[in-house]
Amino acid sequence: MSEIPIEIDGREVKAEEGMTILEAAKSVGIDIPTLCYHPALSPFGACRLCSVEIISRGRSRIVTSCNYPVEDGLIVNTKSPDVITIRRMLTELMLARCPNVKVIQDLAREYGVEKPRFKLADEKCILCGLCARICEERIGVSAINFVGRGVDRKVETPFQVTLDIDLDMCLACGACAFVCPTGAIKLEDITKKKPIPILSEFDMGLKARAPVYIPFPQAVPNVPVIDREKCAHFTTDKCKICEEFCTPKAINFEQEDETIEVEVGSIILATGYDTFDPSVITQYGYGKFDNVITGLQFERLCNATGPTGGNIRLKDGSVPKSMALVHCVGSRDKNYHEYCSRVCCMYALKHSHLIKEKTSAEVHQIFTDIRCFGKDYEDFYQRLVHEEINFVRGKVQHITSTNGKEGTQERLIISVEDPDNGKATQVVADMVVLCTAIETQQDAGKVAQTFSISQKADGFFLERHPKLDPVATMTDGVYVVGCCQGPKDIPDTVSQASAAAAQVLALITKGKVELEAGTAVIDEALCSGCQTCNTLCPYTAITFDEEKKVSNINEALCKGCGVCVAACPSGAISGRHFTTEQLVAELEGMLA
Amino acid sequence: MSFEPKIVGFMCNWCAYRGADLAGTSRMKCAPNVRTVRVMCSGRVDPQLVVKALQLGADGVLILGCHPGDCHYAEGNYKAARRIALLKKMLAQFGIEDERVRLDWVSASEGDRFKKIVNEITEQVRVLGPLSRNGAD
Repeated sequence: MSEIPIEIDGREVKAEEGMTILEAAKSVGIDIPTLCYHPALSPFGACRLCSVEIISRGRSRIVTSCNYPVEDGLIVNTKSPDVITIRRMLTELMLARCPNVKVIQDLAREYGVEKPRFKLADEKCILCGLCARICEERIGVSAINFVGRGVDRKVETPFQVTLDIDLDMCLACGACAFVCPTGAIKLEDITKKKPIPILSEFDMGLKARAPVYIPFPQAVPNVPVIDREKCAHFTTDKCKICEEFCTPKAINFEQEDETIEVEVGSIILATGYDTFDPSVITQYGYGKFDNVITGLQFERLCNATGPTGGNIRLKDGSVPKSMALVHCVGSRDKNYHEYCSRVCCMYALKHSHLIKEKTSAEVHQIFTDIRCFGKDYEDFYQRLVHEEINFVRGKVQHITSTNGKEGTQERLIISVEDPDNGKATQVVADMVVLCTAIETQQDAGKVAQTFSISQKADGFFLERHPKLDPVATMTDGVYVVGCCQGPKDIPDTVSQASAAAAQVLALITKGKVELEAGTAVIDEALCSGCQTCNTLCPYTAITFDEEKKVSNINEALCKGCGVCVAACPSGAISGRHFTTEQLVAELEGMLA
Repeated sequence: MSFEPKIVGFMCNWCAYRGADLAGTSRMKCAPNVRTVRVMCSGRVDPQLVVKALQLGADGVLILGCHPGDCHYAEGNYKAARRIALLKKMLAQFGIEDERVRLDWVSASEGDRFKKIVNEITEQVRVLGPLSRNGAD
């Protein structure tokens, strides 16, 4: 691309061909005020605020810099007295039209306009056209545009009727309201549709996120991703605004998911867990009451990078006066999961500690048994006992709300049944945190099948031996760590992961794999060459020797299952350690 | 003295044997009548071994493998299923009651299922009485 030398405010600027004066000025940091300009949209020249004085071929003229292309030897003056006079006049006119708009007021202050000499109106729209242009050029919908001429010109929906007759093209994306410099555009004036916020997965739905987002603060790699299902480009084939703004040109819409095949010797399964969906227990009101949340949601709520910056707040923004934490939601419960979820007691205690630290709210722990089994956990529990936390033993029957009484703050009433005497007590709180059970991932069954490992009845992967081989599985070279093997906390997961890594390293260091000793062998003298066994072997270890007319077993492939041994009609195959003689001797012994 | 049946249990190394182990370590009460023969896979259970066991004095034979689809050797249990089905047809011709030979699936985590099956077959064979071998006993 050829360079075009121009001069802006006495500075030599090397502009690129096709640039406008405004872009050339911006590239060297010279500021020209604009209202209707947006780098991702075609220039419009509506506000005229970007007017500059140019000297081209010896003649001086005033032009709008946003749509005037650079040309060789152009001399530009962005702050000449004529330009300033024009901008002041424009500002004065706009101030008269929109006296209550902040951007215009700021401009007026900058250009020393105090009171317009013209008749005051009370408009908000400055007819910059950004909204109509973004809707047409980038969203590809044209749900709004200018209608009328001269003094009647305004932004409207087609024929001003789409709102009523349900021919609404608008996607309710909100781009128009977002680009509007004056706040004149309100989404509800354009469409009856309500924008549906994209809830942040990382913030457990407590906060909205953009379609282009960094998954979470410590994401690796720490780069943004595009949500294909929500991105305007992938839904309307337009937009691509992000591409415009990304200076290193890192945005690539053509990128596809890739399946990469890697050959490995061992596999560590660390597929993690899901949490129990508490809305299944309808009487707990999760999803019905705003202030009934899960433990993970609370974790985000009190996190410094969370939706409230770490301040514990109710849905309406107020500070809770009373909080309740309900243990064993979905765990240790015959109706849902019978196992103990293991981590909840400790995080519930941690949450209580944080609530006490950050607010003056009273804290109720509603538990059936407190299980602080780990190292130093009991100390922490004892410390909390002295932090004025109210421990209530019992199972929550139901949670109801006081809502409806006007003017009063909504409170939640938790009805707790004491398992010892069946007596019900009530706890009143502003927010209830449900400590939901850890459960297996939805697709754990599929993973188990892929790696031919077993699952326990509750879905967690089965280790080779609960005490003697707790990270290996029945499939050689496949190890299980973390919550996919059973609910566990971080210290336990780290120990298990280290153990699995050590086992894998031991295999790698050894450099060889021990084979099954109990392979099958064929007595060639007995083999009749019927080939019955050849098709039976799931490992294709048996081949037929065409020359000798007998079958052969490749001992490196044989796993020693013995299927062929049982099938051989002439008894030519025997399985080492499980020969027919050995088994019959066993039978004779036990039936004697 | 009441009749205590002798039952031979062929158990696959990966699922049923581990399930039996779990039943044991979980201190579940199982009928003591099933005597275990460990095999690597239920597919190793040659029908001749079942007949041999019955011949040698067993009143019943239990064959336990992994659940369909869970076989450690991919498909050994399917082969066992076919063989035992054929064997049962033959045993019926010998006048041996269907309940005396049972093929079932127990995974490594199903200690209670193992207990249930063992107790069931023991009771069924107890009701049938000792296996008559044409004057052999």
